[in-house]
Amino acid sequence: MSDGMSSSHAEAPAKKVPNASLTADFETIKRLQQERNAAGKKGSKTFDPSTQRTNNSTKASLTEAFDTELYGNGAVDKYAGYNTSIAVNDDDDQDMDDADGDDGRRLVGQYTATKEQMNEYAHGDTAEEDILLGREKQAQIASRESDYQKKRFNRALSPTRADAFGDAKNGQSFKEIMQARELDREEERVRKLIEDKQAKGEDMDGVEEHKPTLAIEDGQTNGDGAVQPPAGRQRKRRWDVSSETPATNGAADGEKPKRSRWDEAAGPDGAAADSAPKKRSRWDLAPSLGGATPAAGAGLATPMHPSQSSGAFGFGTDISGRNAPLSDEELDEMLPGEAEGYKILPFPPGYEPTRAPAHRVAQTPASLAGGFMMQQPVDPRSMGKDLPSELPGVGELRLKPEDMAYFGKLVDGADENEMSVDELKERKIMRLLIKVKNGTPPMRKTALRQLTDNARTFGAGPLFDQILPLLMEKTLEDQERHLLVKVIDRILYKLDDLVRPYTHKILVVIEPLLIDQDYYARVEGREIISNLAKAAGLAHMISTMRPDIDHADEYVRNTTARAFAVVASALGIPALLPFLRAVCRSKKSWQARHTGVKIVQQIPILMGCAVLPHLKGLVDCIGQNLNDEQTKVRTVTALAIAALAEAASPYGIESFEDILNNLWSGARKQRGKGLAGFLKAVGYVVPLMDEEFANYYVSQIMEILLREFSSPDEEMKKVVLKVLSQCANTNGVTAGYLKETVLDDFFKSFWVRRMALDKRNYMQVVETTCDLGRKVGCGEIVERIVGNLKDESEAYRKMTMETIEKTIATLGAADIGERLEERLVDGILFAFQEQSVEDIIMLNGFGTIVNALDTRCKIYLPQICSTILWRLNNKSATVRQQAADLISRIAVVMKHCGEDALMGKLGVVLYEYLGEEYPEVLGSILGALRSIVTVVGINQMQPPIKDLLPRLTPILRNRHEKVQENTIDLVGRIADRGPESINAREWMRICFELLDMLKAHKKGIRRAANNTFGFIAKAIGPQDVLATLLNNLRVQERQSRVCTAVAIGIVAETCAPFTVLPALMNEYRVPELNVQNGVLKSLSFLFEYIGEMAKDYVYAVTPLLEDALIDRDQVHRQTAASVVKHVALGVVGLGCEDAMLHLLNLLYPNIFETSPHVIDRMIEAIDAVRVAVGTGVVMNYVWAGLFHPARKVRVPYWRLYNDAYVQSADAMVPYYPDLEGDMLKRDELMAFF
Amino acid sequence: MADKLRTTQQLEALQNKYIGTGHADTTKFEWTSNIARDSYASYVGHPPLLQYMSLALGDASREETRVRCIEGMVRPVGPPPEVQD
Repeated sequence: MSDGMSSSHAEAPAKKVPNASLTADFETIKRLQQERNAAGKKGSKTFDPSTQRTNNSTKASLTEAFDTELYGNGAVDKYAGYNTSIAVNDDDDQDMDDADGDDGRRLVGQYTATKEQMNEYAHGDTAEEDILLGREKQAQIASRESDYQKKRFNRALSPTRADAFGDAKNGQSFKEIMQARELDREEERVRKLIEDKQAKGEDMDGVEEHKPTLAIEDGQTNGDGAVQPPAGRQRKRRWDVSSETPATNGAADGEKPKRSRWDEAAGPDGAAADSAPKKRSRWDLAPSLGGATPAAGAGLATPMHPSQSSGAFGFGTDISGRNAPLSDEELDEMLPGEAEGYKILPFPPGYEPTRAPAHRVAQTPASLAGGFMMQQPVDPRSMGKDLPSELPGVGELRLKPEDMAYFGKLVDGADENEMSVDELKERKIMRLLIKVKNGTPPMRKTALRQLTDNARTFGAGPLFDQILPLLMEKTLEDQERHLLVKVIDRILYKLDDLVRPYTHKILVVIEPLLIDQDYYARVEGREIISNLAKAAGLAHMISTMRPDIDHADEYVRNTTARAFAVVASALGIPALLPFLRAVCRSKKSWQARHTGVKIVQQIPILMGCAVLPHLKGLVDCIGQNLNDEQTKVRTVTALAIAALAEAASPYGIESFEDILNNLWSGARKQRGKGLAGFLKAVGYVVPLMDEEFANYYVSQIMEILLREFSSPDEEMKKVVLKVLSQCANTNGVTAGYLKETVLDDFFKSFWVRRMALDKRNYMQVVETTCDLGRKVGCGEIVERIVGNLKDESEAYRKMTMETIEKTIATLGAADIGERLEERLVDGILFAFQEQSVEDIIMLNGFGTIVNALDTRCKIYLPQICSTILWRLNNKSATVRQQAADLISRIAVVMKHCGEDALMGKLGVVLYEYLGEEYPEVLGSILGALRSIVTVVGINQMQPPIKDLLPRLTPILRNRHEKVQENTIDLVGRIADRGPESINAREWMRICFELLDMLKAHKKGIRRAANNTFGFIAKAIGPQDVLATLLNNLRVQERQSRVCTAVAIGIVAETCAPFTVLPALMNEYRVPELNVQNGVLKSLSFLFEYIGEMAKDYVYAVTPLLEDALIDRDQVHRQTAASVVKHVALGVVGLGCEDAMLHLLNLLYPNIFETSPHVIDRMIEAIDAVRVAVGTGVVMNYVWAGLFHPARKVRVPYWRLYNDAYVQSADAMVPYYPDLEGDMLKRDELMAFF
Repeated sequence: MADKLRTTQQLEALQNKYIGTGHADTTKFEWTSNIARDSYASYVGHPPLLQYMSLALGDASREETRVRCIEGMVRPVGPPPEVQD
């Protein structure tokens, strides 16, 4: 920003400021400070500028004007901070804008964003959503899915499969499915061809010169009369078009592209007539909307729901509502009624109206995306009374309009007495499902249990026929999906092998979960699939999923690969390996190979290092695909190898040995995306190698890396950086090598401003540079980038600072020469001053570097201090805060450099700032003061403690957590190290303030306050502190009382118990419940803290405990029990058994208490006494009630028995009662020798 | 109600972990079997005690006593009582 400032710093490296000028600095800052304090407060009553003290009195002064705002208090110019005159010409106003920065005129014009840019997010696609409208949609899963994930709606539930192991009659067989898939692929291929051709045809209609005449001619002369696909097309062919296309020619193929509907019947064989791939013209798209899988109607066991098929065309385009039958009410409106002499006739007998839409087969969606239509956000009939919130036999429920499509049957009012068993079963399931999906938690729970328990009687078919379509619903929400998936999970267990025919349907529904963005959804999906695999068995899983492996749709193949990986982890990799090997070597289609390799890629991602035992097999499986003819397969293979190596790290190099050559030679041959994959694989394999190999292989790959440094591709850049840092981290790669070959190019290509702008690039560059630095040394790296600290781009400066910070934090600053050191300090000072937004990175960087340089900083400290001073006086609060934070970071270094005087001055300045109004800043200032106190010690502290502490007392009242924490810490430190510098009265005052701290929300603050009580009590003797604390036991607030009790315990611990106990026990005589409880609580903490010391006080407190344990109030007894517990545990083995036994006798009747807190304390106390007096004695109390006739007695006795058994079963053996009976005698114990 | 549920769950968890623990419906047979088994386990687990017993009982070796203890753990108090109804 300011040319003046930057040049002064840039040219003069780290000038050593003479102390005289620093003193001048101090004077200036001090003056400014006073002015600022005065102006900032506007002479408010609470601040007197002559002393800069805050007037704590709450009374109105008699000598001052009350309204200081209006009348002022005389000492301060009330216009300070204002301009007292108005400029004549307007130019001066410009200066005011940047008055706090520099006052020079800008030479460079200021540009602002255009209106379009500023309003970019107001309209169009990027506009923010209406919150209310969006809320309901946000809950739906479909609304946050990517286009790719939405492809799941294209899949239909496939027909029920035959179970090869059981009932093979029903459903499609494997063969039929494979044939169907073959047809699908063919259809897809032909469709592609036609599309291409159409695109081509339009081209030819248009501009003539675009026509590749040569190619067309070639195509025509080559073919034997048949129309060949024009050669120009090959270039445009997408990867998912079968590659075999050009190879097939002949009569049959020849007619395909121009097949019209008339040719269809005359297909090659009869079978084709009904199932042959139809060429889809736009006119007959409507009835079959299936997408990739054999769609809609034909042979579906589960009728596809209208909402699914019609919904596929997007929101608002479904106008089927207009064509739906009219309701009675509408007809009444339209037609003349009885008033006009008309009459409504009843239904003729035997007529049954068609009812819920659920029965109709997929209706024809009235229109496709084209054409104009009115948006109809809500179906008018779904509003109002037509949507019941209460279902017969279910109760009150939250129902969505979509639910009616599925559960409409429940409200049709049909007579259940006339229904068949199957129908009744269907309704029963329906009712349970709607309860699970929409019900309240208790409803849901019982319904879920019923579904699980009756799963086998309902049967797999009826259950899945209802659950699965629900899961395909477009408006499904997270919660609903979770619940339905849970239902599937539960019934899977029960159904076991009965699920086989439905395996594929379940997979179609569950597979999309595997690519959900929500982690828990993915986990749920995995869980279901692995349970399914265990239930259905490997063979069935393979035969079910095999047809999807070379499916025409990439989405299906992708999800299938992931599902297969889950199957592998569920049933073990070895079981799946032979199949994988076969798939990866498939000659028939490259899609199969691609999917096979993808499965192998997903397995390590899923299982991590558990792949190690099978690494060899997996690598062998995909090894030869590195040389596949298809680029896609090669790329995915490289990625799979990368995943395997990553999971195996640092083991398993021997498994990769066979493919190393292929990998490396492959990397040389590839370009573009393929190369990125290969490089990634190389990057992950190199760290597994031993030094020698690593060295060799890195040198082999390095030239490619160096070449790709200049690649413009973002993805490639990231890969290159990652691989580079992996190589640099390997042992075999030497610093000399890196310096010689890599560093120059690396810095040239990656240390450019542009890299700092993208967050991901930024992180990767920083990380890679640090990794390189670990090898080549800190000096080398810092030397190269230190200049960037003065760059004009702030992001770039930040990137530099972060890199230097990380490097120096790991490697130290020993490597940095004198000249470099100067440049470095100069750079960080510049970067620190030039921040436009105060950033923690800059602060950390500054702190780390100064700490690393340590005493070498001495000469720069004056300059650093002067920077800090100026920034402490800045107008912006964050700047002040950052400056104060910096002081706490470098205080130690200042001490090391012997700059005590400087610190004293800083201390004084900070002290003056204690009037700071921003709590965050005040907290930092207190933190800075604390760190100075810590390093210089109490006695040398400037300002002297006796001045400092009185200023802190009012700050203790501040409610801000950061302020509280830092003050209490500072006060505690003073109380610990130098309590004598303050008189006792002041400490007592602080004690009173501290009581409030006991209410703080943050545990750290309460703990610090308690400890401070201990220090103060030690300093001024416990009597006064204790009196204060005992008084505090009377307050109402529970937390305060508890903390007071803790504080008393701490005081007793620091000042020896005998100083506290008499007063405490005396307090118990106060006839007030809270006080007595407080005393007991204090005793409990006290005995917990003093531990073994308790043995001297046991007999003293026993009468008190006696009294407490027979009190009427149960809380009393409960607290007394916890005292007993701590006493007993303190005196184990110290000869106080008699007292403990006495207390046990008083405790024991309390085991029949029912309140959970009370009974828990009682049991704990008895356990503790058992530890103190021995298991045998206490067990004598227990035997009596174990088999008592009353259950109410037995229950607590068994609880005691169980506790004793768990803790000391072995000790109980000799004490078991002698039992009458032949086998029950334990003769061994009677044996005497 | 929920509290009751939690206690039963805790008890179940406890009994899964420690077979010897009991509850209000533990029978004499279960309890005495556990006592006997725990006693045998304890003898076996303290070799000096086992040595002493083998001497006092006149066994040939400590091993013999040990084996007898371990075998004694099978149905230590005889067969389970007949189930009524």
